[in-house]
Amino acid sequence: MAIQRQNRDGWRPWAFLALPLAMYLIWVYLPILRSFGYAFTKRDSLLYDTVWIGFGNFIRMFGDPQFYVALKNNLAWLLCFVLVPIPLGLLIAMLFNNSYRGNRVYKTLFYLPMTLSFAIIGTIWMWIYNPDSGLLNAFLRALGLDGLAKPWLGDPRFMTGALVAVGVWRQVPYIMILYLAGLQGVPVELVEAATIDGAGWWQRFTKVILPILAPATVISVTISVIDSLRAFDIIYVMTNTKARAAEVLASYMYTSSFQYQDYGYGSAIAVIQFLITLGFILVYINRTFRDEKESGL
Amino acid sequence: MNLHGEKKRAAVLRTGFYLASTALVAFWLIPLALAFFTSVKSMDEIMGEGAMWAFPKDWRFDNYVKVWTSVGMGRYVLNTIIITVPSVVGTLALSSLAAFALAFHSFRLNKAILVMFIAGMLIPFQMLMIPVFRFTDGIGLMNTRLGVILFHIAFQLGFCTFFLRNFFRQIPFSLLEASRIDGASDFRIYWQIILPVAKPSLAALAVLEFTWIWNDLLWSLVLLQSDRLKPVTLGLANMQGEFISYYNMTASGSIIAMILPLVFFLMFQRYFVRGMTVGAVKG
Repeated sequence: MAIQRQNRDGWRPWAFLALPLAMYLIWVYLPILRSFGYAFTKRDSLLYDTVWIGFGNFIRMFGDPQFYVALKNNLAWLLCFVLVPIPLGLLIAMLFNNSYRGNRVYKTLFYLPMTLSFAIIGTIWMWIYNPDSGLLNAFLRALGLDGLAKPWLGDPRFMTGALVAVGVWRQVPYIMILYLAGLQGVPVELVEAATIDGAGWWQRFTKVILPILAPATVISVTISVIDSLRAFDIIYVMTNTKARAAEVLASYMYTSSFQYQDYGYGSAIAVIQFLITLGFILVYINRTFRDEKESGL
Repeated sequence: MNLHGEKKRAAVLRTGFYLASTALVAFWLIPLALAFFTSVKSMDEIMGEGAMWAFPKDWRFDNYVKVWTSVGMGRYVLNTIIITVPSVVGTLALSSLAAFALAFHSFRLNKAILVMFIAGMLIPFQMLMIPVFRFTDGIGLMNTRLGVILFHIAFQLGFCTFFLRNFFRQIPFSLLEASRIDGASDFRIYWQIILPVAKPSLAALAVLEFTWIWNDLLWSLVLLQSDRLKPVTLGLANMQGEFISYYNMTASGSIIAMILPLVFFLMFQRYFVRGMTVGAVKG
């Protein structure tokens, strides 16, 4: 039964909504608004009075080379999160989308990284990247590629790449799950019909399967972008936010606010981060409600 | 002839699947195998070999006992449990109330409130750090577990309400109408009809939320200062600094920290996956 947009139920929904809604407003929406407020203030310490400085923080930001480092790194995260896990996740979903025996065991094992916290993941990968005794360099040296063995977390040039790789490692299983769910919607007959028509596997893939997976792709891209803009834990754990060359928006916000006590500036960075995400949030919501309409719920 | 070729092709495909899948999974889980190897080595072995990835020669399971007792991993794990359990229970209770209203009541702001919950769950949540830090300080809950728990309950309401509302809407409306005609109050319908029917989706949500809150690092980092309150994620991050050379301790600590979410995941895998795809794709 469709929900009508009338106040047919009077006050009754509000009895259920009052407490959760109040908490959500207090801990999520009020803070968003306050971030916007703080962004226009100079606040050297929480104890001092608020001084309004208009767009001062934003003007400073656009002349701050460290901000550009964070922004550039975050864009690298974003691009890598869209360009690597999505094709790879789709490929692996195609591999697992069958009914061979033991197929579920493979899927379960592949999901595992998703259940781990970044604190643990970061710690483990630091050992892999260890320049002297780490696995990555050992592997490269074993191949005779000694020249490629780098101090991955010690050189500003490789840091972000090394950190993004860890993020990608955890993101691929997530995207695979989304595509596996999407593949359930691909009717077997449709693929078979294409085969009988003499379509090769590549044509079958691009002309039949990919279009059906389009909604899953939109959601995967949206979620990957949102996740890339949330990157923080990996950077905090693996560089202790001391490596400024690897900073992203979220970590620069953290260091500005909690290490340099500059809450106004930190909030201004938060506002920028929010504005970048906003468009993708709208895409997600739009897609969610469109699917709902189509499924007639 | 043709049939024979068909059969051969199927066999090749199957072998290909097993080879590719085994190689892929083995490759993807190398980091986990590494962590396990490191966790059972002695420090002498790690330093002597200069290869942190080598297979252990001497299995030292007492590393686990040591890290549990002397490095304080036991206390960190306990802290995580004390934070995680009430957060999951609280957010499930409150979000099921909100989801009930959004799924079964008709009122003008219904969709607007739903959008609000969804949008909130997608924001870069680090932007809440400064205001929540100040607010928590203002209400005197800084450096208390309650401060962290209340934040988790509130923030997770977004996802949970969205998730439960979608599941509640699949419950046949006739079930409700019948009880309404019998004169049951809304709260009785929620408590005695909807919640029992929704048990599987509540379980799915509980598994997912347990993992997420267990794995949280940021909010404990911002809202807790004293070491005796810190959860296991933060404890591990700190160990990086203090025990930088004791790789085996950090590794066994990591394994301990991942065990509970891992067991939960293995037990309720189907729920977990269903939860991850809610709102993502139809189905």
